[in-house]
Amino acid sequence: MVGSLLLRGMLVGLVAGLLAFAFARVVGEPLVDQAIAFEDQQAQAAGEAPEPELVSRSTQAGLGLLTGALVYGASIGGLVALVFAFAQGRVSAFGPRGTAALIALAGFVAVVLVPQIKYPANPPAVGSGETIQARTELFFILLGLSVAIAVASIRLARRLMVRHGGWNAWIAGGAAYVLVMGIAFSVLPSVNEVPETFSAVLLWNFRIASLAMHAVLWTTIGLGFGVLAERRLIRQASGRRLAALAIR
Amino acid sequence: MSEIALKPVALPAPIPVRELLPWAVFGGLMLMLALYFIGAEEGAASLIHGSYVHEFVHDGRHLLGFPCH
Repeated sequence: MVGSLLLRGMLVGLVAGLLAFAFARVVGEPLVDQAIAFEDQQAQAAGEAPEPELVSRSTQAGLGLLTGALVYGASIGGLVALVFAFAQGRVSAFGPRGTAALIALAGFVAVVLVPQIKYPANPPAVGSGETIQARTELFFILLGLSVAIAVASIRLARRLMVRHGGWNAWIAGGAAYVLVMGIAFSVLPSVNEVPETFSAVLLWNFRIASLAMHAVLWTTIGLGFGVLAERRLIRQASGRRLAALAIR
Repeated sequence: MSEIALKPVALPAPIPVRELLPWAVFGGLMLMLALYFIGAEEGAASLIHGSYVHEFVHDGRHLLGFPCH
């Protein structure tokens, strides 16, 4: 059962990755090209020799981007399926489709939206090679914190539910998440490596395109996996009923 | 009448944790490893020598919001 849910999650994730690739190709790539043009211009003005291309731009924007989107999609799809296998009938009182949609929504908020507010996506030309180590560490620390605090907040809400009712319990859980993440935001160092002459409009568009690409991917997984999971669970349930009838 | 209205919708039974655990541990690890290769290999840490992986998934890394340069 878990294996077949995992497989379905990863398959839906591949489809989601394909859609995210199409979106990124149309909306994101022109922005990447503009940023690289800026980078080249800066390098030229500084008299630096252009870096040799290890992988051609067309491969990076084609096969490379596709690979990235597919692997990311399949991985997130698989992880959503594993969380679903635990949550269905245990944490969530909704049916399979509702549960899958809520998991994807919570995942999008905790894994993408909130961490990206503190450490947003950067186009090429923004971010120095010397700080990649520190930036990567901070990024994953915040990501881990966000997921852990989201899980703790959901547990808190469920504990409060009996005494205070669902509405108040979920408000309290949400408030706890926002409060603790706010503290984490203020404690963790800020990173700003945007060159002074970099276009603000391009930076904004790039970051919104990045979030939108994630939204395409997570929405497809949440809605698509719900449909497949429901079919699978109903088939299992009706199989059991038939088996029970046969015994009788 | 109320009997019909209150009749609970049959929800699938939860999957036992014992059945779930091996999948979650091994599947979860493999999926995280895949994410690592797409998101961080040859950036801050490097399992494979060189920078081909980094350059190959370069655009995806930027657009997905992973730290990059």
